[in-house]
Amino acid sequence: MKKVFSFPRAMTDKRTHYCPGCTHGIIHRLVAEAIDDFGIQEKTIGVAPVGCAVLAYDYFDVDFQEAAHGRAPAVATGIKRVHPDSVVFAYQGDGDLASIGAAEIIHAATRGEKITVIFVNNAVYGMTGGQMAPTTLPGQKTTTSPYGRDTATVGYPIRVCELLATLDGPAYLERVSVHDPKHIIKAGAAIRKAFDMQIKGAGFALVEVLSSCPTNWGMTPKDALRWVEEKMIPYYPLGVFRSPEEVTSCDA
Amino acid sequence: MERVMMKGNEALAEGAIRAGCRFFFGYPITPQNEVPEYMARRMPEVNGVFLQAESEVSAINMVYGAGGAGARAMTSSSSPGISLKQEGISYIAGAEVPCVIVNVSRGGPGLGGLTPSQSDYFQATKGGGHGDYHLIVFAPGTGQEMVDLIGLAFDKAEEYRNPTMILSDAIMGQMMEPVVLPEMRPELKEKSWATTGKKGRVKPNVINSLGILDKDLELMNIKLQEKYARIEANEVRYEADGTDDADLIVVAYGTTSRVVRSALSMLREEGKKVGLLRPITLWPFPKKILGDLAAKNKRFLVVEMSSGQLVEDVILAVNDRSKVDFYGKLNGTIPTVREVYEEITSLLQKEGRA
Ligand SMILES: Cc1ncc(C[n+]2csc(CCOP(=O)(O)OP(=O)(O)O)c2C)c(N)n1
Ligand code: SF4
Repeated sequence: MKKVFSFPRAMTDKRTHYCPGCTHGIIHRLVAEAIDDFGIQEKTIGVAPVGCAVLAYDYFDVDFQEAAHGRAPAVATGIKRVHPDSVVFAYQGDGDLASIGAAEIIHAATRGEKITVIFVNNAVYGMTGGQMAPTTLPGQKTTTSPYGRDTATVGYPIRVCELLATLDGPAYLERVSVHDPKHIIKAGAAIRKAFDMQIKGAGFALVEVLSSCPTNWGMTPKDALRWVEEKMIPYYPLGVFRSPEEVTSCDA
Repeated sequence: MERVMMKGNEALAEGAIRAGCRFFFGYPITPQNEVPEYMARRMPEVNGVFLQAESEVSAINMVYGAGGAGARAMTSSSSPGISLKQEGISYIAGAEVPCVIVNVSRGGPGLGGLTPSQSDYFQATKGGGHGDYHLIVFAPGTGQEMVDLIGLAFDKAEEYRNPTMILSDAIMGQMMEPVVLPEMRPELKEKSWATTGKKGRVKPNVINSLGILDKDLELMNIKLQEKYARIEANEVRYEADGTDDADLIVVAYGTTSRVVRSALSMLREEGKKVGLLRPITLWPFPKKILGDLAAKNKRFLVVEMSSGQLVEDVILAVNDRSKVDFYGKLNGTIPTVREVYEEITSLLQKEGRA
């Protein structure tokens, strides 16, 4: 009998602390599967963010460094420069990457730093209890935008892939979603490609994953997934924003 | 062993390379620019990495990554830039990652000035960022010590898995002096705890400073404090010059100690019983020797380029057993030999020891 489903080797068997219906866990699994597929577990080094994924080092069975809030791309840079033959990835939330760590991600990208970044965009600060993030949608209610994000006073959400696509440095930028099985498969392929880019030495690769935070959105897991599809994707179109072949395909 | 004339900042940079440092991450700021500029030229010659970061914040986090990955890594900056690095330094101390941070300090607060100053003493010796931690802090007083102490700083950083700091200043950095450079260190051995990729290890290496459960954090802090106690017991360094028969002992470090030394030699020629106690490690602080000298009824004068920072540690060490006077310079200028000479003379007269 052929085994068609198993636990990724690159994950530990620790139970995650993520809330029910949170898609962080799915994204972890996709990353672990990519590591397994390329057989790189023994030479992969992860960098964990400050955010809900702060304990990522407990869930991946690879070497890890925990970075300060927003600094993961700088920490990953230091590691990768020391071990250029290893595979280094940073896993970051939207507050971490697009707010406090905006400088670090832009400069790692423009340097063409040969790292892989998994960017989890859930439109809120999850860990601290659902405050407004740089990616919070216009009108979206959060604990620090209780009347809805007012673009007249706090401005507009940041589209990270589009922003980084203005730079010459990145080799690969793609936005994906994990709200249904079809999109999860596509997200897995994008994450694999982002690792492949690094293994081939092509340069900086980032995959932005639209993710749900049912807890802080105040929704059931099912409604949260629908919200990703109906509200987030129109603002954050899915697609490839940079690839070595310069393919740009959008499927919203 | 070569003897060459070098600017302090460049001597320090070459000393770092000879000590095996192959990763430098920095950001421009006066008066330390000679360090990154030297590294930018020199690192490619030794297959090392020089990277100009987007900010001091990023530079220190690159050091955290590189040091965690097992390399000898360093950054250098000056006071305002060191303030920015404090978050990263706290993480590095908590995660016990060896690395070296150089502060070619200048006057503050705020943008301050470019002139030499010793007003970063508190920041360097009392932790600097959040949490209960210490760096091992070296204060070079000669060009030769710029070379020697950076080598020692790398060794001690690794021995204790603790960040170390060189606290220098604009004069130490800019002054040219003859120095003897050591031989290039052979390749360093791999570290069992570093993030290298598992490479067949059963357990992954994880570098972090998170103690999310109360007990974790307490244990982490107990472990750190035990380490600091070992450092305090074993790593105190100072120079005592003429302290045995002195009535008055001047305490000074770095640039100021050089001025004091000149003033003291004039006074000794006049037959005055004066000595110099120069801390070489600012943390751990040479408190035992100061306490012992205080118990022998010696009195103290602290000379520094600040409103009084080193003096607080001297007062703590002396612990009311003797008198401590203070002479500080605030305006970013160095005290002159004449000023220090006169200060000491008037103190001795007041005491009736002239
Ligand atoms: C310097 C600093 N500022 C603020 C915080 C508090 N903090 C922890 S996590 C977080 C936001 C995390 O949100 P995000 O990056 O979107 O990740 P998520 O939790 O949603 O996965 C903040 C502000 C911190 N730990 N350090
Ligand atoms: S708070 Fe949100 S992002 Fe964090 S674990 Fe819960 S659902 Fe996931």
